[in-house]
Amino acid sequence: MADEALFLLLHNEIVSGVYKSAEQGEVENGRCITKLENMGFRVGQGLIERFTKDTARFKDELDIMKFICKDFWTTVFKKQIDNLRTNHQGIYVLQDNKFRLLTQMSAGKQYLEHASKYLAFTCGLIRGGLSNLGIKSIVTAEVSSMPACKFQVMIQKL
Amino acid sequence: MAVCIAVIAKENYPLYIRSTPTENELKFHYMVHTSLDVVDEKISAMGKALVDQRELYLGLLYPTEDYKVYGYVTNSKVKFVMVVDSSNTALRDNEIRSMFRKLHNSYTDVMCNPFYNPGDRIQSRAFDNMVMSMMIQVC
Repeated sequence: MADEALFLLLHNEIVSGVYKSAEQGEVENGRCITKLENMGFRVGQGLIERFTKDTARFKDELDIMKFICKDFWTTVFKKQIDNLRTNHQGIYVLQDNKFRLLTQMSAGKQYLEHASKYLAFTCGLIRGGLSNLGIKSIVTAEVSSMPACKFQVMIQKL
Repeated sequence: MAVCIAVIAKENYPLYIRSTPTENELKFHYMVHTSLDVVDEKISAMGKALVDQRELYLGLLYPTEDYKVYGYVTNSKVKFVMVVDSSNTALRDNEIRSMFRKLHNSYTDVMCNPFYNPGDRIQSRAFDNMVMSMMIQVC
């Protein structure tokens, strides 16, 4: 039971650590989010390699997205994505109504402006996982009311 | 026992090639290179057939020489190619599969190593040792 708390607390410390080190340098705010996202990217690549070791080959893009929503999310956050929508043209919206990393923060509109910092790592996680599976994408997140959040994945067709 | 083992990235450049240093290694490099085409063929054909992860026994690519080339593709499009000497005991399917499983496990460990950047050549000693243990010891 304790290992969920481990990652949560570590993640919070990572975010505050990155922002603290930014205060000393002359770095603007945007760079911190990028740093966090890149961290998530590398972690996502390694995680996907481990998780797909034993699964069957994926038929198509939708299959991959479903894998991310179910197995990947379950293994990392112990729950599945609540809602997956797509316009069948390369845009997917993953909605999580009770995002693990935000539940401890607030249950409404308080601290809304800080939420994006805590979502950057997870955006990178999704992007890294997809990139290792051969899909280039851009992942953004938005929060309208904690702890629900939406991740928007835009697949880039080459 | 394998004669040559190669790990090829999804952009089709080699991440790792190792062959037993008997004669010219170049021959093995060419074999691995040509086997990539066969691998691609199989992947595209497989979409209609069964959706299975393993992909092995590409068969003799060079009928004149007595080698068998096996292939295996992970979900992240990384290909493992193994060249086996078929003049020695005919290796069973299971053995080849277990060798690929070991390869895949070691590759996953390399991937999770924070000092490894995906796309670089594999320089991990543990991976090296595992591969050497699968190859013939020819003095």
